[in-house]
Amino acid sequence: MIARRERLAVLACERVGAYSLLRLGRGGLEPGIPGQFFMLEAPGRVLPRPMSLCLAPPGELAFLMEAVGPGTRALCALEPGAEIHVFGPLGNGFDLAVERPLLVAGGIGVAPMPYLADALGGSVRAILGFRSDRHAEAAALVPGAEVVVEPRLVTELLPDDPGDVLACGPEPMLGAVRALVPSAQLAWEAPMACGYGACYGCVVERDGHYVRLCIDGPVLRDAA
Amino acid sequence: MSTIPVLNASGCLDALAAPDVARALDAFVTKTVTPLSREGNPPPRIAETESGMLNSIGLQNQGIDAFLAQNLPRLAALGAPLWVSVGGFSAADYSELCERLDDRDEVATIELNLSCPNVEEAPETAAELVAAARRGTSKTLYAKLSPATWDIAESARAVADAGADGLSLVNTIRGLAFDPDTGRPKLARGPGGYSGPALRPIAHACVHACAEAVDLPIVGMGGIATGRHANDFVASGAGAVALGTILFSDPWAPARVRSELAESLSPEKRIHSSKQ
Repeated sequence: MIARRERLAVLACERVGAYSLLRLGRGGLEPGIPGQFFMLEAPGRVLPRPMSLCLAPPGELAFLMEAVGPGTRALCALEPGAEIHVFGPLGNGFDLAVERPLLVAGGIGVAPMPYLADALGGSVRAILGFRSDRHAEAAALVPGAEVVVEPRLVTELLPDDPGDVLACGPEPMLGAVRALVPSAQLAWEAPMACGYGACYGCVVERDGHYVRLCIDGPVLRDAA
Repeated sequence: MSTIPVLNASGCLDALAAPDVARALDAFVTKTVTPLSREGNPPPRIAETESGMLNSIGLQNQGIDAFLAQNLPRLAALGAPLWVSVGGFSAADYSELCERLDDRDEVATIELNLSCPNVEEAPETAAELVAAARRGTSKTLYAKLSPATWDIAESARAVADAGADGLSLVNTIRGLAFDPDTGRPKLARGPGGYSGPALRPIAHACVHACAEAVDLPIVGMGGIATGRHANDFVASGAGAVALGTILFSDPWAPARVRSELAESLSPEKRIHSSKQ
């Protein structure tokens, strides 16, 4: 069984700065490993949208989203009482067997960090970057995180000996982190139709070949 | 129980990544295999539109050698009847691909992808490609045709005369979508193959025209999301249906569509096609 797909009830959709936290009843779905993702039905759209899990309170799955297109706008507009199909968890999450974790995230890349921090034992070093103070309100989801707002960048705060970096964010940020910390675990993003290897739509280039981010990622790392 | 076989559309399911989904089908159709391995087109490769989706994958696959050595034995182990989709860039390619598959008992049917909208087309006509494939194999050959043709019935007659045993109708139709923020095409390659709900009435018309024109079995596909849609393909003249884009949003669609189809085909609800 690749994963379960169920209709889940919308419990709440809360504003978190510039973002929305969509809280769903968990149904029979497992929360999975941080960095894994779920395909969420976007009401009225042809394709579902991939979202990494943000929080997993008992009985719930919660997803942090930014309304940037018709799919995410439809998801962020959901109200309690609605139901959507959710399929997951999918893909490969972060390797949690790390000694000195440092979470690094940019923008909506903060989404998997609260669940990741919980899985790593709670109080974890974190550097979060946002493009405005309003977006930076989402940093409250990762207590104790250092926060930078553009034009400052997360890489400016990376220590010389960063430890085990686990990162999620826009491609330029991941590229910069990768250059500074080749061993970093990086959670990438790509447009996806299916999320389970069927469509070959979400490929990224890796060692000269296109690999499917949905089943080979979304968390990838270059060197151990 | 419905007697209408439910397949997947080629390129819409990886049976090795999702064997449970493949086993829910009456036959599994592979992603198109080409003579040589192909990396495919650069991303972004997919884009949603209001009523469908565009893809420009570009036939990414390992090539026939690796397919025969690595994938075919694993696919055969699934237990579902296997259709292998092949595609090439000349008549000789089609002939060679079919020859390579001819002595493999695991392969029930060869589907000829004569109409990929995302790669350079072979210079020969569809009928010439079918004739070349026919020279390479005695296996059952299905010709997959493009809906983007002035007279698909004429194409159907031509491929039937060239030795096709059945028709797969239809492939995606070429489309182009722009990003509202940048004003540039959403896909790296520009145009792509358009599929999903918008394709369905076009596909119905193609199936209907071909069913009138030739006496070949037809697998109908294009935007099927429910048993009702599948039933409309049967009414158009198809004897089997294939699921494509719906598999991306609902991997468990095969069982659902089959049960909905059985319900819609119950005697009191049955709609007779023009052929019956």
